[in-house]
Amino acid sequence: MKKLSKFSSLAYLVLAAITISSGLFAGVAYAGIFVWADLPGAAPDVEAVTFEGTETAVNKISADITRQIAGRSGFILSSICPASFELTAAGECNLVTRYQFYDSVQQRGVGGTQTALPKHRSGFTPQQIDLGRYLFFDPLLSKDGTVSCASCHHPELGFSDGRGRSIGIGKEPTARGAPSLWNMTFLTSFFWDARANSLEQQAQGPLFDEKEMANSPEKLLASIRSNAYYPAMFAQAFPDIEKPTLEQLYTALAAFQSSLISLNSRYDQYAHGFHQALTADEIAGLNVFRSFVARCAECHQPPLFTNNQVAVIGTPEPDGLPFDSGAEKTFNSTKLRGGFKVPSLRNIGKTAPYMHSGRFEQLGDAVAFYNKGRGHALPENEQLQLHWHIWEPNLTDEEIARLVDFLGTLTDESLLPEVPQVLPSGLMPVQSLPLSEITKEQKDKANATDTVAAITTNNAIKNQGN
Amino acid sequence: MKIRRTFTMLLISLAFTAGIVCAKYLDSKGQSFHPATSGSEGASYLGYRHADAEPGKAKSRKASAVSRRDRQGKVHVVKDGDSIMAAVKAASPGDNIAIFPGNYHETVYIDKDDIRLIGVIEEGERATLDGRELLNDAILYSGNNIVVENLKITRYKGNGIMGQAGNNFEIRNNIIIDTGVYGIFPQLGKNGIVEFNVISGIEDAAIYVGMSDNIHVAHNDVFDSVAGIEIENSRHAIVENNYVHNNTGGILAFITPGLPIKTTYDVIIRNNFVVGNNHKNFGAPGSTVSGIPAGTGILIMAADEVIVEGNIISDNKTAGIIITDHDNAANITLDPESDPSPDKVILLDNTMINNGYDTLDEVKILMLTEFKSGHPDIVRVGQSRDSCILNPERYFTLGVSKWKKCDVSHTAAIESYLLDEPVPAREIDPSERGKVVYLGICTGCHTYTGRMIGPPVEIIQALYMDNPQGLADWIEQPTKKRQDYPPMPPQNYLDRETRLAVAKYMLSATN
Repeated sequence: MKKLSKFSSLAYLVLAAITISSGLFAGVAYAGIFVWADLPGAAPDVEAVTFEGTETAVNKISADITRQIAGRSGFILSSICPASFELTAAGECNLVTRYQFYDSVQQRGVGGTQTALPKHRSGFTPQQIDLGRYLFFDPLLSKDGTVSCASCHHPELGFSDGRGRSIGIGKEPTARGAPSLWNMTFLTSFFWDARANSLEQQAQGPLFDEKEMANSPEKLLASIRSNAYYPAMFAQAFPDIEKPTLEQLYTALAAFQSSLISLNSRYDQYAHGFHQALTADEIAGLNVFRSFVARCAECHQPPLFTNNQVAVIGTPEPDGLPFDSGAEKTFNSTKLRGGFKVPSLRNIGKTAPYMHSGRFEQLGDAVAFYNKGRGHALPENEQLQLHWHIWEPNLTDEEIARLVDFLGTLTDESLLPEVPQVLPSGLMPVQSLPLSEITKEQKDKANATDTVAAITTNNAIKNQGN
Repeated sequence: MKIRRTFTMLLISLAFTAGIVCAKYLDSKGQSFHPATSGSEGASYLGYRHADAEPGKAKSRKASAVSRRDRQGKVHVVKDGDSIMAAVKAASPGDNIAIFPGNYHETVYIDKDDIRLIGVIEEGERATLDGRELLNDAILYSGNNIVVENLKITRYKGNGIMGQAGNNFEIRNNIIIDTGVYGIFPQLGKNGIVEFNVISGIEDAAIYVGMSDNIHVAHNDVFDSVAGIEIENSRHAIVENNYVHNNTGGILAFITPGLPIKTTYDVIIRNNFVVGNNHKNFGAPGSTVSGIPAGTGILIMAADEVIVEGNIISDNKTAGIIITDHDNAANITLDPESDPSPDKVILLDNTMINNGYDTLDEVKILMLTEFKSGHPDIVRVGQSRDSCILNPERYFTLGVSKWKKCDVSHTAAIESYLLDEPVPAREIDPSERGKVVYLGICTGCHTYTGRMIGPPVEIIQALYMDNPQGLADWIEQPTKKRQDYPPMPPQNYLDRETRLAVAKYMLSATN
């Protein structure tokens, strides 16, 4: 009893101390503790930044933020791994998931409910991941400071952007849509046409594409090196190297993207054995999804819901757009003309519109495409070698509806990272949602959150570290 | 003079005849050649990773692939008018489901381990799953240690029995008729048996082993389908003692490009009857099998280390055995990660009769290049490295004249590629489960010291330090405690043991 009472007293003391300190930090983003070690008081009030409209709101620097940036001695990168990662003795972040208990053929991460995931990128330190987070959201990486990675890979839109084709620099549309970034750590090829085989290689695409971020390697490196804070941040993430390099920048971006994990959806609960996680309709949809009539699961194989391959499915372009030859160029093979990477369906409910250039507004439209018969939408002069799984499944409307029900169970953003409230560049971290062009479903959501400023604040309660 | 001339002619004739005879029994190096009369007289193939095996010391073929049960579970009896699926939902791992004769119209999915669907046959009557041309698949399983036997399956649109990454399976003694795309389709599974099934009228493969390892397909009767038995992107498979007749193509060993698993190797096709596979191809347009010419006995496409031994291959009108690379096959996409060539193919003794009697024009052209005419038993097109053939003079062959003689003549040393021990059950130590769930799920909302979505772990520790069960109970059905935090969603999708494990782990966390 004596021991217990002693412990209880101690516990209450600890509790009281924590409560007091929690009070001190009330309303402060937790991340600020790590990110802004030298920041006294509250984080900048981003909510106070007023957006007058989407077209004019792009990346205005708030006077408040400018004031808060000025005079700072630096940013301290997190020494804690993101949620679902554990810090190893070597100082690296190691992914932990419930799928690691399973075995599967050649450990390629494809198949039924309980199969192992494939190998993933690892070996990144918490500081590298955190540096990547700042870089990912920083428009400093673009030619004129108007576009960040997050402009097209918006965390609130499933790390996509709600557009058929992404808008790059100068507000001009690019050739294709922005794919979601969830679970990229498991993939081995990138871009719709599979032309990159690492995240580092991929990063150089949008950074230096004249329609996307339009930067040049020289200018980008100069921007980073001349920034008041980035050189010190790079030194935290890469202690052995004197000056920031572009390779470090690519590594940091890869590290951050490798931390975007979505494996805790209701589907996953079902897969791990809690069959009540899905409704009868959703299970009916799962059975259509994996049946060899619909054949969805042959390419969108659980648990990643992609097989990481290129497939020619004969999806049409939006009206008025020329035919996109896709992976034909990558592999220099007409057999892959019109071929694109099989996208993961994780968080698919958040990433409308669908297909490589946003041909379909709703999930139901995308599902219906597969039901309309092999090659039904091919341009007259195209002879594509369609994937053998594309046929005429003749699904009923009921089955299509159930498929859409099931796809909704793949939503999981419980490990959404925090959007930095203040960036080393002083620029706004994410642009406003493109309200005028996104789909109705997302418009509703966007209206609810109003502007990115609000989103930023919402996310501020989440933390990159654990 | 006349006598001398006659003698000279006789000598020339003798020499000519002797030359023919010698040529027939001397190989190209002029060495004497003695064809074996029986394939079992030479060295035995020891197989992939079986280099330490010795002839005569082979282990007996396992009778089962599923794990031995530690306890006998319940038997759930299903009778005409009942639902098989309802029984599966009610079943726990270790249970049997006995299905009595009757008509069942449902899709049965098994997303749990160690369930056995056993049809009860009474006076020849079976439980019949009838999809009425409306339902997609009859049986889908993703669990380990699943058995499906003694059922009759008909009129489904998709598959009869499909496995999705389930290991240690046994599918036997089923009758599957006029059922969609595949009759029996274990995909992405390891260690399985498909035997004693009767399958017909399938528009792709009657038995399709896809992206799997350690498989035994034996004693099946497959007919009237586009493909009889297909081993695709799979390793360590034996196909033996099957009767494969009147399909478009009899037995196939493929690498299909564009799939996430890229190889087929170590496949033994032996002692099968591969007879009269001349059925008109009715495969779906664009499917891989729709490019198979009717009249193909055995087709090896890009697969490596395939052994063909002891089969009776007869009356297949295009050819008895066709070996091709991807470049010469129809409907094949490009995949830089797939090796397109069939390498290290081993053709041992087979009985081949009356094949190639109505072959393709392409094959006839190939004959012209070798100055041959006739009915081909064996046709090879495209690249093939390090392949061999035993007693090639017994067959009419095309494209294998430069293949070396095999240095093995039989596979008696290998009775089975099933695993000595089944793929282990997914037993997870509770403490490990606690850590994984904590890091994989809880840390999305809780940090050790700070405020995130939920309160700090330190506070939780202070409240529950001596009461992990209390914490485990609370996370199952949380109640709102703090006005300044959002309510926590129930964690009831974790089982009781895991909830306690994660509670213990959370209370012991130090950072």
